[in-house]
Amino acid sequence: MSIEAKKTTIQTTIDTNDVVLYMKGTPAQPMCGFSAQVVGILNELGVPFVSFNVLADEELRQAIKEFSDWPTIPQLYIRGEFVGGCDITTELYQTGELATLLKS
Amino acid sequence: MTDICDLIYERIASVLPNATITVADPHHDQTHFEALVISDQFEGMSRVKRHQMVMKSLQNEMQSNQVHALALKTMTPSEWALL
Repeated sequence: MSIEAKKTTIQTTIDTNDVVLYMKGTPAQPMCGFSAQVVGILNELGVPFVSFNVLADEELRQAIKEFSDWPTIPQLYIRGEFVGGCDITTELYQTGELATLLKS
Repeated sequence: MTDICDLIYERIASVLPNATITVADPHHDQTHFEALVISDQFEGMSRVKRHQMVMKSLQNEMQSNQVHALALKTMTPSEWALL
């Protein structure tokens, strides 16, 4: 699949799932501390989410960076909106904004 | 030696002239920096948009790896006042 086709798939995925996490590794076995941290926050909040392992798909890894114009993984999407990576997710969690965002 | 903190400060100030900007090198490695940027221009912007705006000002320094990493906090004056 081309990078452009992957981007279309990403759009469909985030449109049809409330919470989507693009990460390194899997929720059960994260391969990066930053990905692990975001998984930890989502679990802490008890939010069901869909995840994709970019390490298993090099085209997806490239496509997601171009899709959001954001250079790093993880990337969290809520109801079709790119929320941020590890730092922003952590900040929004600490201020309580993430919980509000997920409840609304 | 050029202080990269000053450089980071200048780049951010170039896109957010009225912002309050603090740049630190917490590990004293001149590689992994931290910045706190408080600006009323962030009002109504998502965190991602704010970060993209600041990071864009440092595009050249990031690409050349002069700045390897920047942990960024972006706030509006009213968000800052709530802390």
